[in-house]
Amino acid sequence: MAGRTLSRDPFSVIVTGVGGQGNVTASRLIASMLVAKGYVVTVGETFGASQRGGSVMSHVRISACHTYSPQVPKCRADVVVSLEPTETIRVLASYGHPETRCVVNDRPVYPVRVIAGEVEYPGIEEIDRTIAGLCRAHVMIGATSEALRLGNPVLQNVIMIGALQATGLVPFTRADFEGLVSAEMAPATAELNLEAFDAGVRLAEQAMGGKAW
Amino acid sequence: MTDLMEVAEGTRCLLMGNAAIARGALEAGVSVAAGYPGTPSSEIIENLSRVADRAGLHVRWAVNEKVAAEVAAAASFAGLRSICTMKQNGMHVASDFLLHLTGTGVRAGMAVIVCEDPGALSSQNEADARFFARMLEVPLLEPGDFQEAKDMTRWALELSEELKTFVILRSVTRMSHASGTVTLGALSGNGKKAYFECTGSLLDFQRGPMITGPGAVTYARTVQQGRLRQASRMFDQSPFNSYTGSLEPRLLVVSSSACALYAREAIEILGAWDRVGLLKLGTTWPLPEQLVLRHLAGAGEVLVVEEPQDFLEDAVKVLAAEQASIAGAKVFYGKRSGHVPPAGELNCDVVIGALARILGVNYEPAPKDYADRALAATFTAPGRELTFCAGCPHRASFYCLHNALALKGKNGFVCGDVGCYTMGILPAGFEVVKTAFCMGSGIGLASGFGKLGAFGFDQPVVAVCGDSTFFHAAMPALVDAVHHEADVMLVVLDNSGTAMTGFQPHPGIGEDASGKRARPMDIEAICRAMGAKVVVCDPFEVEGTERTLLSMLEESSPRVAILRQECALSPHKRAGKRFKIRVDEAACIGSRCGCNRMCTRVFRCPGLFWDARAKVARIDEVICTGCGVCASVCPSGAIRKEEAG
Repeated sequence: MAGRTLSRDPFSVIVTGVGGQGNVTASRLIASMLVAKGYVVTVGETFGASQRGGSVMSHVRISACHTYSPQVPKCRADVVVSLEPTETIRVLASYGHPETRCVVNDRPVYPVRVIAGEVEYPGIEEIDRTIAGLCRAHVMIGATSEALRLGNPVLQNVIMIGALQATGLVPFTRADFEGLVSAEMAPATAELNLEAFDAGVRLAEQAMGGKAW
Repeated sequence: MTDLMEVAEGTRCLLMGNAAIARGALEAGVSVAAGYPGTPSSEIIENLSRVADRAGLHVRWAVNEKVAAEVAAAASFAGLRSICTMKQNGMHVASDFLLHLTGTGVRAGMAVIVCEDPGALSSQNEADARFFARMLEVPLLEPGDFQEAKDMTRWALELSEELKTFVILRSVTRMSHASGTVTLGALSGNGKKAYFECTGSLLDFQRGPMITGPGAVTYARTVQQGRLRQASRMFDQSPFNSYTGSLEPRLLVVSSSACALYAREAIEILGAWDRVGLLKLGTTWPLPEQLVLRHLAGAGEVLVVEEPQDFLEDAVKVLAAEQASIAGAKVFYGKRSGHVPPAGELNCDVVIGALARILGVNYEPAPKDYADRALAATFTAPGRELTFCAGCPHRASFYCLHNALALKGKNGFVCGDVGCYTMGILPAGFEVVKTAFCMGSGIGLASGFGKLGAFGFDQPVVAVCGDSTFFHAAMPALVDAVHHEADVMLVVLDNSGTAMTGFQPHPGIGEDASGKRARPMDIEAICRAMGAKVVVCDPFEVEGTERTLLSMLEESSPRVAILRQECALSPHKRAGKRFKIRVDEAACIGSRCGCNRMCTRVFRCPGLFWDARAKVARIDEVICTGCGVCASVCPSGAIRKEEAG
């Protein structure tokens, strides 16, 4: 059974970002691949008011046997996939533990008070250092800039899924992703998503410098 | 997204709780589904509307929850299975009709599906609609996972038909808006001919007229209470009630819905299965009395884990008191003992806290030094306050309203209503909204304020409501305001859809839930027909709108301004930007501008940000939607807009 490839059961992934970045879609894509592989998966989301400029998290609980609740208990996230740098810190502060691993997009989405010049957004080096202090390993990639290069910022979430796959932390493959997008999307869209996925794999592999996690 | 009609029986797939409920209704052969959008319930009707044609359904976004319940009941009377859906406070809107519906019962199965929002994640209340089951004397079902969301919806319709009463199925945000693994069952066709048989005798509610009246109330309640006793006996055998743990545990946990998932994981994390048993109930009113009693008798102490109110705790305690000779004297823990928080949403950690306290064990989720570092790190991440999206017409509307009210003077204010625009209470809406209650209450309150002139009241009063809210509950209050000639101005923030909950159509839109042509109601014509003076403006034309609002504030009879501009998230708008926006850095005078960074500090659109190093405002290309409003806001004309190609 697929359960042998989970390092913990339940294995918990938190996909985080700011409303509108596509993290809800990302978590559903990840979960759909895992359900197709035989896992019992729960995805917890908040939407509604949280969409409007707020932090948005999706909790993905993966198990070989049980349906787990859609909320990861405190300090039990195994992996954090973050579309926004400071959101990684916010999630680690509540759900991280010394063995957590993180995949982080380096593109800030400024909170309103930062836009207004009332509060400063931390420098990317400080963010990187803070994340490093709260997890076992992390990789930071330029998913938004890569998505813009591919022609549409919404692809940033798929680039992050590719990066997550490259870390080998969650048991799904490129073929699983290909199967999913070719079943659910128009051929041209599926191809673009696959291109974004591959870009994510490449960026993460470069950032990890050949070291396995 | 999974197509609910295409997926075959036996397929295992990932379904959102609300999609699982929709599939359950299809598996039960539902014919009619009606609801009013409200988080976290909206996706049930949305899922059904996508398959309405193929499944032969009538799916309807009703004008409000009460009408939705009436539409569903009509189907049941005519022999067709039906559901109606709503969020928790919608139950309060529908309850007048539902109260009377218990006086006749139903014919074909009818389920009232209420999706609650404990913790008010996207609500202004955390009402516990389960109490309606007790008040109205109807059965209550609570799915405990995604499979059950589907299976219990199907069962709810069967049970309703068997007992001849409607049944309430209650979900919560963490079920409705979460997704999980579901194995699908077979679809049933509906295909029945609808016919309302009403030739039978009075009080024969299966063949006669469906009438509630003074003479029939005692009889009808007696019949309904008999149905509840039958339900309790059926629930004793239900597979949706289950027990995990040893036969005579030190502590019995009684729980339902998402809370049962938290409880199971909490017991697992504490490694306490040797001391703790979990009775997970799927049928919570009436209680499966014999089953609960059996487990009470075997347990030492009892902890009830539920949200948001102590509904189950009450019911279990009453049963334990009535049957004290069987249950024995028990120590109860729960909300009343302070072991479970009396308000707010629960989660696994809350349950771990309650269990650890009762069992006398210590639990630290992370090593101390890690927890200290984590706490320190939170100060690195600046908080995110809620705001309107970039390009949201509400920001422009509230900007105009704020300025008009400021120019008018006399401490005018806005009575808010329910929608994204409730955020008019925040800096995002320039804090002009000073009251916020339920659907339609803005104009109702304003109509009241507008008649206080006789008591020396002279503050200008403006009510706002969205286009969907206008139809739902603002219309009767506007009638009242016009009828009594209240000094009030209603601003309809018309963004062409029920935007906050995901763009459901409403009576002002030319299509229905399943995309078929529907007759659009014209808000402007309705208001004129009521006798109000009406103007229509585009809030993106900032100066003109401000002028119009100010001149309307000078008047004193009931008047309506419709500020019409489509939501920035609407499918058309997302397709492209109207304007290309740029900041002329040489012209931007930043903190020296009259209002000190007017665009970023005051207007605060997420598409603009203050570059502190260069001391100029900048446009964030990824976020800016090209609405062009900031170009009107900038006092020095530094923000330039040109038509995008």
